[in-house]
Amino acid sequence: MPYIDPHIHMVSRTTDDYARMAEAGCIAVTEPAFWAGFDRSSPAGFFDYFRQLTEVEPKRAARYGIAHYCWLCINPKEAEDLGFAREVMALIPEFLDRSNVLGIGEIGLNKNSRNELQILEEQIEIAKRFDRLILVHTPHLEDKLKGTRLIIDALKNARIDPGRVLIDHVEEHTVTAVLDGGFWAGMTLYPDSKLTPQRAVDIIECYGRERIWINSAGDWGHSDPLSVPRCHVEMRRRGYGPDLVAKISLENPIQFLGQCPGFRPTS
Amino acid sequence: MADPTCSLTGPQVVDLYFMEHRAKLLDLAAFLDRLDRASPPGGQDDLRVRALQLAIPLLLDGAGNRTRRILELLSDHSSEPIAAAHSQGALGAAAATDS
Repeated sequence: MPYIDPHIHMVSRTTDDYARMAEAGCIAVTEPAFWAGFDRSSPAGFFDYFRQLTEVEPKRAARYGIAHYCWLCINPKEAEDLGFAREVMALIPEFLDRSNVLGIGEIGLNKNSRNELQILEEQIEIAKRFDRLILVHTPHLEDKLKGTRLIIDALKNARIDPGRVLIDHVEEHTVTAVLDGGFWAGMTLYPDSKLTPQRAVDIIECYGRERIWINSAGDWGHSDPLSVPRCHVEMRRRGYGPDLVAKISLENPIQFLGQCPGFRPTS
Repeated sequence: MADPTCSLTGPQVVDLYFMEHRAKLLDLAAFLDRLDRASPPGGQDDLRVRALQLAIPLLLDGAGNRTRRILELLSDHSSEPIAAAHSQGALGAAAATDS
């Protein structure tokens, strides 16, 4: 069954992963800019990374019939140095008009520091200035609850249309605030942290199937690029038909991402 | 009693999920046993272990929403941004949980 993985870091994955995802039905991915597992030594490292996201990965994905889209930003883990972060942010506008760029992301918070919050607010302003969608990373583990609240406050203070923002990595203690705020919610399926397929389906059962999607956030760490179809199996185990898979992994991503005119995954 | 939002009947939930959660329970027990056998000892005082010990009673208190309440128990409940980020990782339990 065709599906979209709306958050995966393919720069960290092998070509074999593209092949296996295509065999499992993946027709499109969206790849947010993120922390590479180490701190870049200069803004030039980000220039090359943005080229990789906009030039290299679309070609690699296309070989397997997968449409590749991306998001650009300075990630919160490298946002503590304000000067460095602003140099990277200055690079973003020249890439924004490239055909596979959807918006600004994954911006957000990591340790919930003042500087991270400052850079988050400045990147929200970039999205406003260029009228782009936003994809938000919420912090890990014990920092998630506080970070999600700070992020929602920052978005509300900036008077951003919540329907143009997806707040990712929600769990049971943050999903209500995200959905009640009118934002879209992303559920990330990870082997240890974040959500299992079972808990993701629990959340759908408890909070509904509107403004919500699932993703693998596959990257260089312990993660599974096939976790989205594995979650579809969990849906079927509970007796759900293909309509739920289509809603969560096709119709919802298309509804949110389709607000960007360049998003045409099925063309 | 929680709202009946699950697509399965109670017996179906047990049939489908009992074995995997039996295994997870035994993994948790084995982790605590391993900690007891560690030499030199000391891990019992780790805030992450203490957080687990605080969370376990929530499984049996009958109040529902266990997952959300355990996540909240493990969370930092302060509201102001910290002055600076001195590390990039997270532990899995907030220091305040240990108080």
